[in-house]
Amino acid sequence: MAYPQTEREVSKIILSAPDISRTVDRIAHQILEKTEGARDAILLGIPTRGVPLARRLAARIHAFEEIIVPTGVLDVTLYRDDLSLRGARALGHTDIPAGGLDGKRVILVDDVLFSGRTVRAALDALQDLGRPRIVQLAVLVDRGHRELPIRADYVGKNIPTSLAENVRVRLAEVDGDDQVKILGGTA
Amino acid sequence: MIKHLLSAGDLSADQAGLVLDTAAELASLAGREVKKLPTLRGRTVVNLFYEDSTRTRTSFEVAAKRLSADVINFSAKGSSVSKGESLKDTAWTLQAMGADAVVVRHGASGAPYQLAKWLDGSVVNAGDGTHEHPTQALLDAYTMRSRLGRLAGLNVAIVGDVLHSRVARSNVLLLHTLGAKVTLVAPPTLLPIGVEAWPARTSYDLDSVLPDSDVVMMLRVQRERLSDGWKDSFFPSEREYARRYGLDAARVRRMPEHAIVMHPGPMIRGMEITAEVADSARSAIVEQVANGVSVRMAVLYLLLSGTNVGERA
Repeated sequence: MAYPQTEREVSKIILSAPDISRTVDRIAHQILEKTEGARDAILLGIPTRGVPLARRLAARIHAFEEIIVPTGVLDVTLYRDDLSLRGARALGHTDIPAGGLDGKRVILVDDVLFSGRTVRAALDALQDLGRPRIVQLAVLVDRGHRELPIRADYVGKNIPTSLAENVRVRLAEVDGDDQVKILGGTA
Repeated sequence: MIKHLLSAGDLSADQAGLVLDTAAELASLAGREVKKLPTLRGRTVVNLFYEDSTRTRTSFEVAAKRLSADVINFSAKGSSVSKGESLKDTAWTLQAMGADAVVVRHGASGAPYQLAKWLDGSVVNAGDGTHEHPTQALLDAYTMRSRLGRLAGLNVAIVGDVLHSRVARSNVLLLHTLGAKVTLVAPPTLLPIGVEAWPARTSYDLDSVLPDSDVVMMLRVQRERLSDGWKDSFFPSEREYARRYGLDAARVRRMPEHAIVMHPGPMIRGMEITAEVADSARSAIVEQVANGVSVRMAVLYLLLSGTNVGERA
């Protein structure tokens, strides 16, 4: 299923479906190692593609250690700092696991870490929902170009990119198949 | 999204759906410990009310404050308006104060349209004369959807003083867009001229409409708009009006099991609706008020988050 490409636009596959599943497995293992067996952990996916990623991580953690990690959804639209630039967006549904966030280890999950502004918005949103003991960040891809002092605790793959390029993550739950590729830039 | 909300007829089905979906998400945040959202921080919303209104003004004020906007209440009484300032001069004053949105209620039909021409910010019509009240129609549609699960195909009866009702007109326009079928029920003297052109059926007989209605929306008889000399020409007596067009328990029994009762408020108990009906489980009247805040938050969010402050300079 190739996208129609203009002559100057290139697209390069960075992660295939098996790569993505290995990467998710590795992050799941790292979470287990760094969090004493995911004690008090909650995985909060940031829409759109952070949500299925959080669910996959929870499923893998369960498969490895039979530990059930609650998952939820954190929509950050109302906390974004670019609403006046980009216009109103449709709101996603925020879903916090029963028992709340107080005293918990919240692991935010997103597909791509770029400027850091989405994560900044997520941190603000968390503050209005409760007081976690610790907040961590897991991303499938870190493409650099941070505009804020934010870093991820768990990174699937570091992909050096230019600003002209675009990282496109496809996940089966949303897009029908699994793939990460870079679009744009010049060959 | 559109810049102003002047008429319920300005909204396409998709835009109206977006307002209702956004309101539903915002309503789900109302139970949180911290109810305030930072979304409209730094924006200024002016409530410009030329007519008395506690419920609508408070509802807009709460909505704007929940989104962290600064709210300025500008009421006609005790302001420059009572000293004789024209609408245009007031508009310029608001412009100079940097109002990002002006929520206006005015006794003259069409005043918000004029205001929208003079202001750079967004204008939200909160009721103009006997013309329109679009956020009321949106919150009514939201209430119907959340009670009955859908809007398309619903039979909605709007009963009472249609002639003086901006709520009726806005509801007819919006419900038509969203696929509901509206029947206006009123004595011939309380239907406006030209009602044949509205996308709604009309009837003079409430009892025959009730068995097919999923929603029965009662309107207040607007005594303040029936000038004294004219009062008797609209209907012979309040008692006769109540007997033919008032909703009591016997009439509610003629409605289908699932059907709900609505009223935009303020109600006149004993006139258009009995206390028994207004306080029954079939009544969605209290929800309408709560839903009003969510719907007005959605409107302010959608109108205001798109406007770039830099662009306007």
